[in-house]
Amino acid sequence: MNKLEEVFKNKKAFIPFVVADDPNFDETVANVLTLADNGADIIELGIPFSDPVADGPIIQKADLRAFSAGVNTDVVFDIVEKIRESTQVPIIFLTYTNIVYKYGYENFCRKCSELNISGLVIPDLPLEEQDELREISDSYDISLIQLIAPTSGKRVAKIASQAKGFIYMVSSIGVTGKREDFSNELGSTIEEIRKVTNVPIAIGFGIHSVQQAKDLSQIADGIIIGSAVVEVINKGENLAKYSQLISSAI
Amino acid sequence: MKEMQKKSQESHYYGEFGGQFIPETLMTALNAVSKAYDKYKDDPDFLDEFHTLLRDYANRPSLLYYAKNMTEDLGGAKIYFKREDLNHTGAHKINNVIGQALIAKRMGKTRLIAETGAGQHGVATATIAALFGMECEIYMGKIDTERQKLNVYRMELLGAKVHPVTSGSMVLKDAVNAALQAWTKRIDDTFYVMGSAVGPYPYPEMVHDFQSVISKESKQQILADEGRLPDAIVACVGGGSNAIGSFAQYIDDKNVELIGCEAAGKGVDTDQTAATIERGSTGIFHGMKSLFLQDKDGQIDKVYSISAGLDYPGVGPEHAHLAITKRAKYVGITDDEAVDAFEYIAKTEGIIAAIESCHAVAYVRKLAPTMSKDKIIICTLSGRGDKDVAAIAKYRGKDIDE
Repeated sequence: MNKLEEVFKNKKAFIPFVVADDPNFDETVANVLTLADNGADIIELGIPFSDPVADGPIIQKADLRAFSAGVNTDVVFDIVEKIRESTQVPIIFLTYTNIVYKYGYENFCRKCSELNISGLVIPDLPLEEQDELREISDSYDISLIQLIAPTSGKRVAKIASQAKGFIYMVSSIGVTGKREDFSNELGSTIEEIRKVTNVPIAIGFGIHSVQQAKDLSQIADGIIIGSAVVEVINKGENLAKYSQLISSAI
Repeated sequence: MKEMQKKSQESHYYGEFGGQFIPETLMTALNAVSKAYDKYKDDPDFLDEFHTLLRDYANRPSLLYYAKNMTEDLGGAKIYFKREDLNHTGAHKINNVIGQALIAKRMGKTRLIAETGAGQHGVATATIAALFGMECEIYMGKIDTERQKLNVYRMELLGAKVHPVTSGSMVLKDAVNAALQAWTKRIDDTFYVMGSAVGPYPYPEMVHDFQSVISKESKQQILADEGRLPDAIVACVGGGSNAIGSFAQYIDDKNVELIGCEAAGKGVDTDQTAATIERGSTGIFHGMKSLFLQDKDGQIDKVYSISAGLDYPGVGPEHAHLAITKRAKYVGITDDEAVDAFEYIAKTEGIIAAIESCHAVAYVRKLAPTMSKDKIIICTLSGRGDKDVAAIAKYRGKDIDE
């Protein structure tokens, strides 16, 4: 079984998102370790991009803080290397195509493999453009995570059939950021996915409260929380407690 | 099946450039645009409505004007200007907007959104939205709203809502990001009218097709006037919509030299430039694989040009392909050269052309004297320069009220 899929075997997964190097190297390492020690099952680490079209203002600002700290792709790999001195918690990267393309698909995947990175989430790389990268990531046993949106319509089955690791179900249209309402189509889209694959499904985009995490975990196998975690870190709130609350609610 | 998918993917590319690198949230909407475009691009009713609007509303065909004074002054090749500046709304942008808005209407969309740099595409979109009775919202970098206040007001007069974009470097690149994000929030009733030959497929192809009216006309006109094809076509390039329209019908005519003029800003070798083809490298951004100004990690550079319309870190994929295959040549023109050309064409021909277009005029000033008198250059004046008068005055140290 795929190493990410194993995480979902006996429980619902909590997948928090942290922007690498926000606000700096040491705090990113400390925050990831705190999350790993307090119920996070998979850590999604963002490699900042100058123009993150799928992200809302909270993550955009976190990217800017990381740029101020001097982030680049190699710094992010160094951060993971440091994290790996203390934990083997599954880590996936979220970034944009150009970052991976410029590093070189082969070089990037080799480096990920060396650091035991389990998957890649690339919001601007839809199914139709994945062939070249997927061939390489597959050879390193790195899952290219498929995103499915409430607007995917007829594309759902086609995308789901290519899924490995888990499926990133986008909760609602728009960009990342806190939301109160989620797509009405969510339940039926998930049902449709389950007809074609056993790959676990995690819901992300807009989830911030414990109640939302609890409710949405009823229909999914995992919950991804991005902007809200970034905000807890930025405001200096208790990350361990937040992580425990979400983890025990799902 | 996989082979079929591969084949259809290849049609989304120009050589190695193009594609559809866009969030999944937009893919269904993008595919719907693509399907609609395939359905209507050869449809006689659609084409009839498109060409009728171009003729009766946009004021086409635009003139091919022989610039006698400049030709005599420069003492070389004969210079013709393709006068897109005389179109309704004052730029080539209207051609493309009429086409895309007609597609939107046939798709049942009621709201148009667009990005704009100098404001000409925003004005054209707002104009057609008013004509068609559609809702309209325009995304424009905050810095551009400040340097193109007149166009902002013009869009508002036409009933559009203008959103000043405050993220990133607050110019055209950021306006594209904001428009893409806005599209993800309201897909059902909204059509994104892209302003240049950039973005994910089918936009580069749609813009190419709608703007190719420029070269279709210029070919007929020059054959009527001179009885032969020109030796060179010169046009300015930001994303590259007027240039691709100016080149389109000549791409297979190998004896016609195609020359795109990029904004070099303070100089191609400085960090204040927008000369993407000369300085850029292959990357993936704004839905396309193309050439971009970026750092070694793939972070997109901040770019600079006196001209808001050329202030873009990328170029359309077809231009990238024409550059790599050497079918077209791309040259950098500095702010200084463009401003000199702005003043020169005003004084010699009595034409106040857009600062964007003056990048092409600046190159014609260099090129024409190197060619013999029996040679012919067609230079596209992509837009009129009213919007730039105050900025040029400021550049020359004069403060005038807009």
